[in-house]
Amino acid sequence: MTTMPTVPDARGYFGPFGGRFVPETVIPALEELTAKYLEMKSDPDFQNELVNLNRTYIGRPTPVTFAARLTEYLGGAKIYLKREDLAHSGAHKINNALGQALLTKRMGKKRIIAETGAGQHGVASATAAALLGLDCVVYMGSVDMERQKPNVFRMKLLGAQVCPVESGSKTLKDAINEAIRDWVTNVRSSHYLLGSALGPHPYPMMVRDFQSVIGIEAREQIQQMAGTLPDFVVACVGGGSNSIGIFYPFRDDANVELIGVEAGGHGIESGEHAARFADEKISRLGMLHGTKSYVMQTEDGQIMETHSISAGLDYPSIGPEHAFLRHQERAEYTYATDEEALEAFQLLCKLEGIIPALESAHAVAEVIKLAPKLSKDAVVLVNLSGRGDKDLDTVINALNERGK
Amino acid sequence: MATAIQTHGLAAIEKAFAQAKAEKRAAFIPYFPIGYPDYATSLDVITAFAEVGADIIEIGVPFSDPLADGPIIQAATQIALKNGTTPQLCVKAIAELRQRGVHTPMVLMGYVNPFMAYGYEKLTADAKKFGIDGFIIPDLPADEADDFQKLVDGYKLGLSYFVAPTSSPSRIRLAAQKSRGYIYLVSITGTTGAKEALPEELVQNVAAIRTVTQHPIAVGFGVNTPDQAKQLGQLVDGVIVGSALVKAAGKSVEEARNLAAALRNAL
Repeated sequence: MTTMPTVPDARGYFGPFGGRFVPETVIPALEELTAKYLEMKSDPDFQNELVNLNRTYIGRPTPVTFAARLTEYLGGAKIYLKREDLAHSGAHKINNALGQALLTKRMGKKRIIAETGAGQHGVASATAAALLGLDCVVYMGSVDMERQKPNVFRMKLLGAQVCPVESGSKTLKDAINEAIRDWVTNVRSSHYLLGSALGPHPYPMMVRDFQSVIGIEAREQIQQMAGTLPDFVVACVGGGSNSIGIFYPFRDDANVELIGVEAGGHGIESGEHAARFADEKISRLGMLHGTKSYVMQTEDGQIMETHSISAGLDYPSIGPEHAFLRHQERAEYTYATDEEALEAFQLLCKLEGIIPALESAHAVAEVIKLAPKLSKDAVVLVNLSGRGDKDLDTVINALNERGK
Repeated sequence: MATAIQTHGLAAIEKAFAQAKAEKRAAFIPYFPIGYPDYATSLDVITAFAEVGADIIEIGVPFSDPLADGPIIQAATQIALKNGTTPQLCVKAIAELRQRGVHTPMVLMGYVNPFMAYGYEKLTADAKKFGIDGFIIPDLPADEADDFQKLVDGYKLGLSYFVAPTSSPSRIRLAAQKSRGYIYLVSITGTTGAKEALPEELVQNVAAIRTVTQHPIAVGFGVNTPDQAKQLGQLVDGVIVGSALVKAAGKSVEEARNLAAALRNAL
């Protein structure tokens, strides 16, 4: 068994990916954050506080559920679901938000800035801020505010200020731009609570570490339940935090195949998607939001607008560690279209009584393709990264449009 | 070319600062993006800057996600992108300005992704070929720029790194050591065009830089009026004005010319 190299290096590089491509004003804050994070990583008080809140507030460990009816229906591999939808506030995002909010307090800062696409990270940040008594401002594209209304209301109830972003495509990438502008301006008093495993060093590493609790738990749970490590671990990939969180603790298990599922939108040939690894014509090595990775861009290096039915996957770049895992051939990446995600969404509702987030439905869509091809002894572990209550409007509209 | 009539690249930038210093004033460094409000007008504005005595001109290359820019430059560069402005067109614009007889040193200011897509090798070669004297890239910090820096040095071009109010002594040393031409001092924590009064700490920032380098220091971000320019000009070697000029050019070329002249005369 070959073990994966330890990444990132001291400069935040995962092989050729990662780094720190940001305006000078925030570099000292990144240096401070890196130092504080590394200090807290081995600080027993901090770790105890995090573990305790994970247990008593988030409700960790989240269970693994054997999806008996889905398994029977697909007629192949045994399917297990890691239930991040049961984490407090409805998705895996809280794992990172709470960790960084605790870190914010340790740095003596009183205000957090967050961006959000689907609203799950915004809700998680607002939740953590309410718990710890921090001010919270969340930037959200106005298009996303429209398609994720319940989450906007939740953030406001939790005491956060939600700022609509009207620039560019009015989605996640523009929300990140605006969050960084706020941070550059208020860097001395505010922490930027970035919600995915992307951005400048140390974010990809730190977010991965906070999210690794998913994979650490799941690795133990699946062995207890199935008596073996899984043959496949499947997760959706937007920026890539839920997927890196479940992949990372399995990285040295050479027989466990890791599959990331990107948003295929209207299909790769349509050009309207967010499948950064599937479309070589428009996705090349580039720099967006402080990190070097694959970026969907024009020939001139302008960032492209992406499409996905799921706001959380609708992002033109991908976390640098995913680019690295693919580069090392340690993980494979595929995609599911809007249609496939919608089918998977409905199937999981009907067969398992679980309404998944549309993001997570992309991972389920891959399992629908994969499981029937496998033997009944095979074990597939799927990260069900969030619950789908926030998506009901989107799904109702999509099904109406399709006359269903 | 031992007998060049016109100096180019880093030498031209250094000469501009030396000349301003000889005249006992700070250099006037206006910024303007190609393609706003349209291609032809942007060239007229830049020509006007040269005519009123700009010492160096920063030529903005529009980018879809300009995260160091405030609302005015964001809006202007989005219009420029809609007008079809590409990095290629910006290079062509400089060649055209040179043909018009604009001899003022010009540096390209843009974000790293479009430059990477253009190709660092081709970009620096084209700079030499078409009369671009240097570069400013806000999201390419000095410790991430080795590849680009080698090419810039090979072609003897200028490259300005940033120092911010938050910069530690080691970051200031790094920027000083790697900058070619002038150091870009950000006046405030924030994006371009910010409105706050210029802070007291600027004096300390300048002093901190002076202790580690002889490089000229130019201040930008949030410089809007001739009065501010005058005040700053007594402290530093160059004054950079962007958003205020872009705003003026949104009205007319004449407005931009008049403001540029007033800024230049205040120094």
